[in-house]
Amino acid sequence: MVRKNKDLLGLNVISEEEMEEILDTARRMKSILLQDNRKTNDLQGKSIITLFYENSARTRLSFELASKYMGANAANVSASSSSVSKGETLVDTARTIDRMGADVIVLRHPMSGAPHLLAKHVRASVINAGDGMNEHPTQALLDIFTIREKKGSIKGRKVAIIGDIAHSRVARSNVWGLTALGAEVWLAGPSSLIPPEIEKTGAKVTFQIEEALRGADVVMGLRLQKERQSSGFLPSLREYSRYFGINERNLKYADPNAMVMHPGPVNRGVELTSDVRSSKGAVIDEQVTNGVAVRMALLYLLAGRRSERKEEQSACCV
Amino acid sequence: MLCIKNATLLDGNHPRQERTDILIDNGIIRKTGRNLTAKGCRILHANGCWVMPGFIDAHCHLREPGYEYKEDIASGTRSAAMGGFTQVACMPNTNPVLDNAPLVHFVRQKAESEGVGKVHVIGSITKGLLGKELSEMGELKEAGAVALSDDGKPVGNAGLMKRALEYAKAFGLLLISHCEDTSLSENGTMNEGYQSTILGLRGISRAAEEVMVSRDIILAETVGVPIHIAHVSTWGSVDLVRHAKERGVKVTCETAPHYFSATDDWVAGYNTNAKVNPPLRTEDDVDAVIAGLKDGTIDIIATDHAPHHRDDKEVEFDLAANGISGFETAFALGVTNLVLPGYLTIEELVRKMAVRPAEILGIKGGTIEKGAPADIVIADPSAAVEITAGTMVSKGKNSPFLGLPLKGKILYTIVDGKFVVSNGRLSEEESTEWTG
Repeated sequence: MVRKNKDLLGLNVISEEEMEEILDTARRMKSILLQDNRKTNDLQGKSIITLFYENSARTRLSFELASKYMGANAANVSASSSSVSKGETLVDTARTIDRMGADVIVLRHPMSGAPHLLAKHVRASVINAGDGMNEHPTQALLDIFTIREKKGSIKGRKVAIIGDIAHSRVARSNVWGLTALGAEVWLAGPSSLIPPEIEKTGAKVTFQIEEALRGADVVMGLRLQKERQSSGFLPSLREYSRYFGINERNLKYADPNAMVMHPGPVNRGVELTSDVRSSKGAVIDEQVTNGVAVRMALLYLLAGRRSERKEEQSACCV
Repeated sequence: MLCIKNATLLDGNHPRQERTDILIDNGIIRKTGRNLTAKGCRILHANGCWVMPGFIDAHCHLREPGYEYKEDIASGTRSAAMGGFTQVACMPNTNPVLDNAPLVHFVRQKAESEGVGKVHVIGSITKGLLGKELSEMGELKEAGAVALSDDGKPVGNAGLMKRALEYAKAFGLLLISHCEDTSLSENGTMNEGYQSTILGLRGISRAAEEVMVSRDIILAETVGVPIHIAHVSTWGSVDLVRHAKERGVKVTCETAPHYFSATDDWVAGYNTNAKVNPPLRTEDDVDAVIAGLKDGTIDIIATDHAPHHRDDKEVEFDLAANGISGFETAFALGVTNLVLPGYLTIEELVRKMAVRPAEILGIKGGTIEKGAPADIVIADPSAAVEITAGTMVSKGKNSPFLGLPLKGKILYTIVDGKFVVSNGRLSEEESTEWTG
């Protein structure tokens, strides 16, 4: 067992070995997923709670199914139905869930650092399912898993991430994960949406999408929130797609076998055209499947770690 | 009568004088010199400790009325005394806002009856800190307000700020400006830079501060009145003030200990105790602030003591309150980060913490001289201090400096000849008032 940490808060704080272990475990989980009978008993008797302060049908469902495929008790708390509306603090809500016997709490929160706060106050393992603009580590892990599956290795691969880097937790997690594994990461987007000094992470920055795409093995689009227009980051979605949309024309700069990825949901015609979305290089649907496998792996490792620790404790008592 | 013997006297105006005695009677300094004695005189052996004028804080938050769960006048003034402050000026962002004469009276009376040390009130520039109508400045002055500020909620409308400066002129009231263009800082929670990028927190650019520093320097110059810039945090602000002073603008400014002691790296891990406004900046800014202190661009060190309850800090970083509880660490941070590395002499530190604040606020004190009130602080410069939540007297334990090894321990704080702090503890908790 390589995992030392109780929680998965982000890819900037975990080791390469830990990442490798999650990815290797995910490969085994994917084979279970592809069976007719998707059921294991690995997490029987464990409780996995998804605590979502932001709407996200796909990530929540992905975690929920991952839990259920492995026989765990899965329950969901969403902000609208919880005590959040009654003014309860995150720490108090989390403690309550913790005391009901949660083994893993999966948190989605609109504010960066919320999972870090939670992790300090609960016994359960915390998985960050996206916090503000900080990280979305399970998304990046599934992206990396998908790249490895198609390309064999990450090292030396050119990965172009295109779009609203400033507000993107997906971009940040991918930068940490991919650079740690030896990829050459390029970031391209409108200059108002590139965060200051991001190149210190080791990623390369350009405002010309063609430069980022040139020879790229992987092309990743990011979701653009429509409110970026009203808050003055962009003049219009139309102009955005003209200069930063991924289309058949600029995709020619990339390697002929380049993969096209997107965390979804896609704004067709904005981040990528429908033709690119359904082109042979697009792996967007496989990303979704792999997402379940990666989440199964994480839940397995974190809940497994907990069991192991309990055994250690009881061994001490003997 | 009290005689402090064998002190290293730092009176604020002269170089240090070794082996000096200070004679105090009836709350007044009667004499300083060698080998002083008087009959029936109580003696305090200073044994080479630094004896300095009581520090004066031109910028703090005592939270009363309205936020007594964070701090009140009783706890805040005791915290100040533990930090060596004998006089403090509190900001008006209470609830209700200190925007009228009766509230100024309330704070002063409360300080008189429940506080230790001397409390001065800074009234608000606009009613309710709303930035719409001017406060009744004449009555505020008459009630004892020493300056005016909309600290934390800066007057965004440049036209109104100009009128405020014009109106305050007749009453000789100093305006203190918290410089922040809120259209630039927006929903920012920390300094804009590499740290905000990798933490995914919205950044506050230096420009948010500097745009308003420029504006207020130009407005003060136009109206021909003094202005005081609060808590300077960026190298650009230091530069702007330096150039304004060079061309004769009557601008003064302060910085807070955290701006020469910490950077935005301290926010890593979403440490809400390092969340403050203006935000902690970078090494370049720390260097510029220190250079500004050294060359006199930055006149004074003010704590911006901003105590908060843990309920306001133990939340998501975006939701956490801004501020650092600063009275009790200010002097030790000054000694550790300015004096010991050789950036400032101890004489210069005393000027920035006592002499100049008194001059800028136009209040008595700030020096040790014959006939002055006996407001004195005695510190051991070489003693190690470790300030923790347990040692802090303030209700607000929100400090990123807790548990750090610092130098410069406050041993005694004396207000009008009375011991408020003895042996590093509040005198009222000590069985013996003083040793010697």
